[in-house]
Amino acid sequence: MAVTTSAPTEALLARARAVASTVTDPELPMLTLADLGVLRDVAVDAAGRVEVAITPTYSGCPAMATMRDDLVRRLTDEGFDAVTVRVELDPAWTTDWITERGRAALRDAGISAPGPAPRHDGPVALDLGPVRRAVACPRCGSSEVELTSEFGSTSCKALYRCRACLEPFDHVKEI
Amino acid sequence: MAEIHTPGADAHGNAFDGLLVNDANWAFGSGQEFDGRDDPLAGVDTTVPDGVDAADLAQYCVMLADDALIYSHRLAEWCSNAPDLEEDLAIANVALDLLGQARLLLVRAAAADPSIVPARPEGSPVPAEDALAFFRGDREFRNVRLAEVPNGDFAELVARMLVLSTARLALFERLRTSRDAVVAAIAAKGVKELAYHREFAGRWFLTLARGTDESRARLEGALAGVLRLESELFETHPVEQRMAEAGVGVDPASTADEVAVVLSQVFAVSGLDRPQVDPLAGLAGRKGRHGAHTEALSRLLAEMQVVAREHPSGRW
Repeated sequence: MAVTTSAPTEALLARARAVASTVTDPELPMLTLADLGVLRDVAVDAAGRVEVAITPTYSGCPAMATMRDDLVRRLTDEGFDAVTVRVELDPAWTTDWITERGRAALRDAGISAPGPAPRHDGPVALDLGPVRRAVACPRCGSSEVELTSEFGSTSCKALYRCRACLEPFDHVKEI
Repeated sequence: MAEIHTPGADAHGNAFDGLLVNDANWAFGSGQEFDGRDDPLAGVDTTVPDGVDAADLAQYCVMLADDALIYSHRLAEWCSNAPDLEEDLAIANVALDLLGQARLLLVRAAAADPSIVPARPEGSPVPAEDALAFFRGDREFRNVRLAEVPNGDFAELVARMLVLSTARLALFERLRTSRDAVVAAIAAKGVKELAYHREFAGRWFLTLARGTDESRARLEGALAGVLRLESELFETHPVEQRMAEAGVGVDPASTADEVAVVLSQVFAVSGLDRPQVDPLAGLAGRKGRHGAHTEALSRLLAEMQVVAREHPSGRW
């Protein structure tokens, strides 16, 4: 972790944070990496070098390389010459880190936001019953919805259908 | 006069040109990510914990990685073959999670002991994890044989995924407290993913068991085949033994009871008795963890590795 000592560095850090916070997720472009909880840390050292930490949403998330590129490109465009992006695996990402603003952005885009993530501290209990979630249709607000598939168009989404307005929609699943 | 179409002379140029201009919107990124910065453990401290044998740690990670890599490939073969689109997507999602776990574990293995990475041509852009996946021979793979046997019908997919995800989840639950921080972090993330895989398989198991006579008969037949390779999952290889003693790994034998309890719950709800089957013998006692595989692995690798081997200096 870089140590921030002088006032100019503080200002630089604030600017680097602001820039990094504007980078969006390539698969959920309505969300910034900050709102998604993927952006874990931004640090600037005395020489002005920026180090950004990100965490993968899923082990096989194919968007990580693009996120890294986008962060480097955006920061470089804003005048930061030395930018490195490191991966932070611990603690593992959880949908609980999606901010309120992020949840609102998801709903505005027609995607249902996740509920509280299950806790897996001890052995994981097996549940063979129907999936129980309080999900409302992001279009018409009806809670008369049905799960089509627990695995949707990307790793992080389940597929639902609204029985009221008949529209299909994505739900970001709790993890 | 007939006009001869020459792509170079076309006023519109190459139809794909536009795609390469606007980097930010190109689904596969700008291409810049493949210049060596695409390290999934970039900046992660991969120091081997005190008192842990680096070669053993690497070999142990390869075992965990190979189970995921090879089964991921089998699952990928289902693409466009599942009963419906939703299941097709689900299976591909599970395959992607496992591929991600395999990649992280192979990178961790290579960082612990670089000598395990197959030699690459001078200046080759192939990263260590790709070299391990594509340039090892069948006898260097350390996956259990249940991961490699050929796919059957959808009932076989369900029965096999139930057993493999239950066993891997039990292993990963315990690996969360590994003394190796990298393995612990990979396991903590993997637990969340495997919980979804196990539920997907468990629910389909129940559906098929309580479905028609045909679906139930197929499930019973598939389960009997899968269970012949189940006991191998709980046999302890010396590397696993040593890593368990070092507080880094988990002795798979210690997970057998928990796996049996979970499976018996599924069987009970499904109204199905556990079939009694004889385990598939090894080669003079040697099985998947020793590099003694079925013929099916060689064929799988031939397909999985052919492009990388044809282009050992290829850039992807």
